[in-house]
Amino acid sequence: MNHRLAAEPGPDRAPHVVPLGVLLAVFAALIFLTCVTVWVAGIDLGEWNLFGALAIATVKAALVALYFMHLRYDSPFNALLFVTGLAFLALFLGLTLLDAVAYQPDIETFREAAKAR
Amino acid sequence: MSQTAAGALTPESADGSGPPADNYLTHAHGVRSWLFTLDHKRIAVMYLVGILGSFVLGGVFALLVRTELIRPGPTIMSKDMYNHMFTLHGAVMIFLFIIPGIPAVLGNFALPLLVGAKDVAFPRLNLASLWLWMIGAVFFVVTLHVGGLDTGWTFYTPYSTETPSAVIPAALGAFVLGFSSIFTGINFIATIHKLRAPGMTWFKMPLFCWALYATAIIQVLATPVLGITILLLAAERVLEVGIFNPKWGGDPVLFQHFFWFYSHPAVYIMILPGMGVISEVVAVFSRKHIFGYRFIAYSSVAIAVWGFLVWGHHMFTSGMTPLAAMIFSALTFSVSIPSAIKVFNWLATMYKGSISLATPMCYALAFLFLFGIGGLTGLFLGTLSTDVHLHDTYFVVAHFHYVMFGGAMIAFLAGLHYWWPKITGRRYAERWGQLGALLTFLGVNLTFFPQFILGSRGMPRRYYDYAGLLDRHPDFQQLHVLSSIGAYLTAVAITVVLGTLIHSVFRGRPAPANPWGGATLEWQCASPPPYDNFASTPTAGDPYAVDEFEYDPAIDGYVRRSAPNPPGPCPVPSHD
Amino acid sequence: MTEPHAALAAQPADHPPHLAHHFDTLRQQFEAGKLGMWLFLVTEILFFGGLFCAYAVYRAIHPEIFVFAHHYLDKNLGAVNTAVLIFSSLTMAWAVRCAQLNQRRGLVACLAVTLVCAGVFLGVKYVEYSQKWQHGLLWAGWFKPVDEPGDPANAPSGEHGEQPRDVGIFFSIYFLMTGLHGLHVVGGMGVIAWILVLAARGRFSSQYYAPVDFTALYWHLVDLIWIFLFPLLYLIGP
Repeated sequence: MNHRLAAEPGPDRAPHVVPLGVLLAVFAALIFLTCVTVWVAGIDLGEWNLFGALAIATVKAALVALYFMHLRYDSPFNALLFVTGLAFLALFLGLTLLDAVAYQPDIETFREAAKAR
Repeated sequence: MSQTAAGALTPESADGSGPPADNYLTHAHGVRSWLFTLDHKRIAVMYLVGILGSFVLGGVFALLVRTELIRPGPTIMSKDMYNHMFTLHGAVMIFLFIIPGIPAVLGNFALPLLVGAKDVAFPRLNLASLWLWMIGAVFFVVTLHVGGLDTGWTFYTPYSTETPSAVIPAALGAFVLGFSSIFTGINFIATIHKLRAPGMTWFKMPLFCWALYATAIIQVLATPVLGITILLLAAERVLEVGIFNPKWGGDPVLFQHFFWFYSHPAVYIMILPGMGVISEVVAVFSRKHIFGYRFIAYSSVAIAVWGFLVWGHHMFTSGMTPLAAMIFSALTFSVSIPSAIKVFNWLATMYKGSISLATPMCYALAFLFLFGIGGLTGLFLGTLSTDVHLHDTYFVVAHFHYVMFGGAMIAFLAGLHYWWPKITGRRYAERWGQLGALLTFLGVNLTFFPQFILGSRGMPRRYYDYAGLLDRHPDFQQLHVLSSIGAYLTAVAITVVLGTLIHSVFRGRPAPANPWGGATLEWQCASPPPYDNFASTPTAGDPYAVDEFEYDPAIDGYVRRSAPNPPGPCPVPSHD
Repeated sequence: MTEPHAALAAQPADHPPHLAHHFDTLRQQFEAGKLGMWLFLVTEILFFGGLFCAYAVYRAIHPEIFVFAHHYLDKNLGAVNTAVLIFSSLTMAWAVRCAQLNQRRGLVACLAVTLVCAGVFLGVKYVEYSQKWQHGLLWAGWFKPVDEPGDPANAPSGEHGEQPRDVGIFFSIYFLMTGLHGLHVVGGMGVIAWILVLAARGRFSSQYYAPVDFTALYWHLVDLIWIFLFPLLYLIGP
């Protein structure tokens, strides 16, 4: 390598190396949470089964993103991109769901009427 | 064409005023040196050729549609053929022409030059984008040969899951073109973030870069949803997955939500880069610093983000609930604010400016007029009560053609004429360029203004025949004739425009480095630029300091006021 | 990441071999590549987003379909696959660490294990798919459950009450989501295999490991999507 670049700091020069202990701990946490989510699913909580499962999945996803994907150590802009993607997904999902759920009664009414005919 | 262009330019002088002997066009030779190039400028030129070809193809479809409508009843084609023609007109114009139009041609050519970089961040991805565009175009050609397409460009279910026409090739074409567009967007965001020249802070970027950045945000965030929508449509036809099919409990209106989540923001993919071009052109040809720089910059990003919140206004009559309809209507009104901010800032830039009516400025003025009409009529359609009346009429057709042709296409032509001397190293005949702009302006108005009247009085869009309407509206006949004449006039205008530009490639005078007196970095390298753009990385100053340049009749171009020598192939060092 | 263009063979002598001509420094190139990769991941999120949206809509309007039909899926196989994919994510993150630390053998080993895990994941997926195929539990248009008394896979139809209308839509969503995810696994395997070959040839070092890093980001995203698919499809209720 040439001298000009050798003097230069940067991720290629001094990359952030995640300690092996952290990687293994995250892995253990992910496996533990997988067991928890399977166990929780066995209990009848009604509506809360869905939200519990999603909450656990979100924690797992956050662990993967922060440590395996280095977001915790990375440029904040990359994290912003990731969050922006999720925010726009939420927007798409939210508004579509709002409308699709709201007009279902119309569809049901139509189906009943079609059956009656 | 590109080959000949390169050939025609080769034996030029290297005296500093004409095209330098070694530029990006002459740097390498042969078909392979074009098809496998990683140079953003060559990729832009190839995109230009392909996109103009698509425009001509889509234009021929439009002329056939307008000819069919010149009188009621069958004129030149069957009803079925008519459905194919308007669908293919829309699909080709939107997916092959307007969406890649300004970003992939003018953006690709100008962006690295504007930010003082040697290339875009990912040249291979850029080439992949071009190749995907070509593959997408092939899919559309296949569509033409295996049954055409008669769903309308929107592919609405349930008809698109039932029609025997070639939905799958067209859908796959749109899917591939979507990825072409995503690749361009990723490239532009990374280029703007990481490759700006020293001194170019975010607020010293030319406004075209801001517009491309905002466009790229939409390309990255919206286009994937089109991809999955189209895959679901294809899966619906091949496998009967039923997501959009009521027969299996699916919901066709859901398709519209999916489709418009992409396709409304896509409208801003089409118009935002055009607005960026206009910002450049208005400042340079008014010989004034742009007015309200930050407002124009922020409004681009505001339009990009806000554009995601209004897709429901395409669905007011699709069975949407009143609550959602009211939300979408209110949001639709508010998206007009940033667009208006831009228009007022352009007008303020021109105020007391020393306006030169060079061809790009003629297009920019046409843009202001046509986009003004297109934008304001959008408010009629965003209003719930009037939209119920106007939905699916010619009013909608006229509205979006004023925005798409009067806005995006006119801005494309403005930018093409503005950067043409830089792209080809040749000047076109100014008088012919102005004539082309005037004819285009007249043609667009003549074609689409009668359609506002037709639509507001109840002429539905996509109708093959209007004989049944003539009893109550005998004047529909004349209005349709006027519109068709306008279409022919537009065809003549485009012929003049393209003829002028092609003529200049062979016979045009050599262009100086800075023919218009722009202060952005691309005018600091020679016309056409050398392969590497900048021999040494330039330092950026104020992109709108146009008064620092003065006209030098000796080279028929502009030079920096204080500079004793005209700029050569190498960039002029920074000024502050 | 990109080798210099052929026409640029005449690079300045101080230009490092992995630095493309339009970048000034390796750092600038690395950060641009990483930004591009994250942008690509954002497009992937929204690409899958369409299917998540379809899931949310149908789960919201027809929860009974999901409660009924999810019993046809094998929770245990799903959990095993989750563990396999999480483990492959660990080895992939480890691979990046090895590349950063110039541990060539460790890098090759980690990539190989990741590749094997991906293969195991697809194998389990194949077992699941073929069971569904045998029992006619396919997407809406092809949904023709085979009634075989005594077959454990068919037990739910009696146990869990009357079959609701349009059950096939659940299997449409199941096959679309896992199928698209599976395609991403296949694509990821291709890239990992390629990176593995390059790593074995000693192409990467602490100076230049961007391809390993970017592939890892992609692979973690594939894992991340599965982390949501598993509870949403397999763990709907008791």
